[in-house]
Amino acid sequence: MSSLFGSTPLGVLVQGITGSEGTYWTQQMLAYGTRVVAGCTPGKGGQDVHGVPVFNTVAEATVDTRVDLSIIFVPARFAKGAALEAFEAGVPNVIVLAEFVPVHDTMEMLESARNHGARMIGPNCPGVVFPGRDFAGIMPGWSDRLFAPGDIGVVSRSGSLGALINLNLVAAGFGQSAFLGLGGDPIVGTTFKQALELFDADPSTQAVVLLGEVGGPMEEEAAEFLATMTKPVVAFIAGQNAPEGKKMGHAGAMVSGGKGTAQSKMDALRAGGAKVARVPSEIVELLREA
Amino acid sequence: MFVEEADAKKLIAAAGFPVPASEIAHTPAQALAAAQRLGPVMVKAQVPTGKRGKGGGIVAADTPAQAEAAATTLIGSRLGDFTIERVLVEAKAKIVQELYAAVTIDPSGGTPLLILSTEGGMDIEEVHASSPESVQMIPIPLSTGLTFTNAAMAATATGLAAPIVRQLTDQLIQLYDLFRHYDAQLLEINPLAVVGDGSLVALDCKLVIDDNAVFRQTDLPPERPIGTPLELAAKEQDFLFVELGGDVGVLANGAGLTMSTMDLVTAHGGAPANFLEVGGMAYKRATPALALVLQNPRVKSLLVNLCGAYARTDVIAEGLIAGWKELKPDLPVAFCIHGTGEERAQELVRTELGIEPHETMDDAVRAAIQMAANQ
Repeated sequence: MSSLFGSTPLGVLVQGITGSEGTYWTQQMLAYGTRVVAGCTPGKGGQDVHGVPVFNTVAEATVDTRVDLSIIFVPARFAKGAALEAFEAGVPNVIVLAEFVPVHDTMEMLESARNHGARMIGPNCPGVVFPGRDFAGIMPGWSDRLFAPGDIGVVSRSGSLGALINLNLVAAGFGQSAFLGLGGDPIVGTTFKQALELFDADPSTQAVVLLGEVGGPMEEEAAEFLATMTKPVVAFIAGQNAPEGKKMGHAGAMVSGGKGTAQSKMDALRAGGAKVARVPSEIVELLREA
Repeated sequence: MFVEEADAKKLIAAAGFPVPASEIAHTPAQALAAAQRLGPVMVKAQVPTGKRGKGGGIVAADTPAQAEAAATTLIGSRLGDFTIERVLVEAKAKIVQELYAAVTIDPSGGTPLLILSTEGGMDIEEVHASSPESVQMIPIPLSTGLTFTNAAMAATATGLAAPIVRQLTDQLIQLYDLFRHYDAQLLEINPLAVVGDGSLVALDCKLVIDDNAVFRQTDLPPERPIGTPLELAAKEQDFLFVELGGDVGVLANGAGLTMSTMDLVTAHGGAPANFLEVGGMAYKRATPALALVLQNPRVKSLLVNLCGAYARTDVIAEGLIAGWKELKPDLPVAFCIHGTGEERAQELVRTELGIEPHETMDDAVRAAIQMAANQ
């Protein structure tokens, strides 16, 4: 699978580049140093956005240009088409930002990613940040209050909770090797377990902060991997008092039939060897001890 | 979206899946007439929840008079959080054996999942716990769908007689196709019963459709709203809102931060009144969001926790302040604002509301709890 980590900035394609969000974030990414090499909007081929050439299709965009990662700024209903186009064109990493993507579409995108040996991140996620190198998404990578180059791998289902913890980490003198926003949907392309594998294999990461929430089995599955992990993990799980059967904002954040509770996740991660914070402010303490 | 049994059965029957003869009744008179046509029946409350039987919502009626009496008791009464507005009057089947068949989504693999058990008519979670060997869980890759071979293997593994296995094989494939067609999160037949004449019939049907896909489904019945009046009002306005039993109203941006804020309230001995996240919304939506939280009579203090990354805290603060000035709530409020736009947001709160934002989330939470207790 194509690497996200390393010192070389990624060649990034922006799908939906001519929309207001695509345009705005392309400008921010370029200003930070992200190599936005091309953009795509059907019907707008030949234009340029902040100097980035626009193509009609991903296939056209990748003819002469190497694209390591595509980031998709299109509405939920059209996300599947955009993602499938990217996988079919051989793009090895695809980030789907949209919230409210139908879950059957997500399953089809995931299937396509697997069939093409590619990685999907999201949907319903804020993207990724590699402080000091580049970022792709809607997290303000340029904010030196939130991000600093460092050796802590931060992975979160939630963008907003990720923001809070990044803020706390930087204020405490830590920096991130990377921030990975996995997304709030019940099925996502990259799981905590896969993120832990990535961080474990990355030489610039020394410890990991894992920010989970209620719903689904992702944290429990990550806990199983902890036994073989060589680096310390500090975790926090949001939604400790989430009532049964209610979506807590995120489609994937639901306790159902008693399953997917914060308690079960905290217990599993603890049993696997992670340090589990009861409240967000404990994370920095636990990281210092780790 | 929960599709009630009567509607779900209509949808699967239209695709050729066998269901018992039945009629919907909105009144006891209609139930009587239905029973006269159908013979001995089951009178089944139609509400969007499971476990209706345990709540007394499913009643056997051997005569039309009994059917009328059952309908009289059920229609208009409460079952769980719902008022029973109609019943399904369904011909009673001569049950020989009950199976369980469902297609759902495997959250680990991210693919559809077929679940088949010879222990039907019971809670599948309990069956899975007590006799896991009787439950088959088969992930289905999207590229192939449920192949005839895999369906036949699953059906054969039940150990049932050949004529049943043949029907079951076809029905499992039908269920998978229906699951895909309707963007379902769950399509469950429990029980799928072998009846007197040797055929397999769906005696119940639970269909839950992905809310994110309702826009593209064309033959669904109108959705029966599920939630408290406040939650439904919030849903009308496209807010993600959950009502809770406490007295500290919570407004934060982003689902994860909002959940964590609620957790912190509880950790400090308080009780949150609601989940409502206000991130990513336009400036104008802060006022109706605030209004929603304030509509809850239990709310005695407000906690506003903003940590902006994508969300600009100063834009949200502007909206909240405008809302505050318009609604003029008589409530103490604690703020904690960090992240993108924090200096301007904090200054606005100071100058426009005369309130000093707290430095840490813990401080703001403690203050909000204290203020609620003092009310």
